[in-house]
Amino acid sequence: MMRAGLRSGALAAVLLLAAPFAHAIAPTRMPTPALEVRYERLIHGFRCMQCQDESLANSPVSLAADMRRQIRQMLLAGATDQQIRNFFVSRYGYFILFKPPFVLKTAWLWLAPVVLLATGALSAAWVIRRRAALAARDDNDEDESLDDGLAGPGKHT
Amino acid sequence: MIRYFIPVALFAVLVVLLALGIHQAPRKDLVPSPLIGKPAPSFSLPSLSDPGKQVSTAALRGHWYLFNVWGTWCVSCHIEEPELLAIARTGVVPLIGLDWKDSRRQAIAYLQAKGNPYQQIAFDPGGLEAIHWGVYGAPETFLVNPQGIIVYKYIGPITPRAWARDFLPRLPAAPAVSGS
Repeated sequence: MMRAGLRSGALAAVLLLAAPFAHAIAPTRMPTPALEVRYERLIHGFRCMQCQDESLANSPVSLAADMRRQIRQMLLAGATDQQIRNFFVSRYGYFILFKPPFVLKTAWLWLAPVVLLATGALSAAWVIRRRAALAARDDNDEDESLDDGLAGPGKHT
Repeated sequence: MIRYFIPVALFAVLVVLLALGIHQAPRKDLVPSPLIGKPAPSFSLPSLSDPGKQVSTAALRGHWYLFNVWGTWCVSCHIEEPELLAIARTGVVPLIGLDWKDSRRQAIAYLQAKGNPYQQIAFDPGGLEAIHWGVYGAPETFLVNPQGIIVYKYIGPITPRAWARDFLPRLPAAPAVSGS
């Protein structure tokens, strides 16, 4: 009994000591699963401004922790996802979003691939049609030469 | 004839695009602030030296000031410190400090040892005020005009060259410099 008590006490102590490390990056729990889902989605959608290729969710720097805390507090205060995004965009610019919105300033970013693809497809189509036309003309030439009787025997088209 | 130039032109466009990309890639550490041209965030924070007193943007209205974000943990801030002291000595513009995520005791000891360039220092141990200013590293320095609008933001330690090139031309002709 005494031993078991000691053992569970030791276990509890180990768990308590380990607790801070269990969620070292994002040590948080939101009060409801719905808020937890939104929180997780939000922190994965923001760039850590210090280690810029990581999200707030994965960044160990303390600024990211401050930003996560700010997001948590805004969520608890009833802010919408859009309000939280606006809060950070108005202070850090669109750069903080991993998925920039489609606005005038970012239009080229979203449209450039479509434009490039369309340009490529159109020029490919143009080249193919031109080649086809050339080939057809060559065929006609050959036909004419056949008619002229200049082609060797046994050659068809 | 023209059709031979089309691929060359396209190639030139591509070269320009890639050159721009290469040229701008290293500037990723200098993210332009959307706050330039916008009102500075209003705040009222306890003073570093005297927790009973408040440092507030309302009281700063009506004159130019530099808002400098620093911390004793920040190595670049140590490098910047002599230049800040030099700026303070010219009296061109007052320096308002934001002591970011710091220990009050260490910050006070640091200023006592190195000299204090700041007219007032707001204390932001939790780091929320820095987020309001869009700060993502230290030091960062904002130039705020008498209407409370952020005119310019400088990222990194201010050098004498940066001061002369980026700050002075934006400030009104300063009596401390142009005067006798």
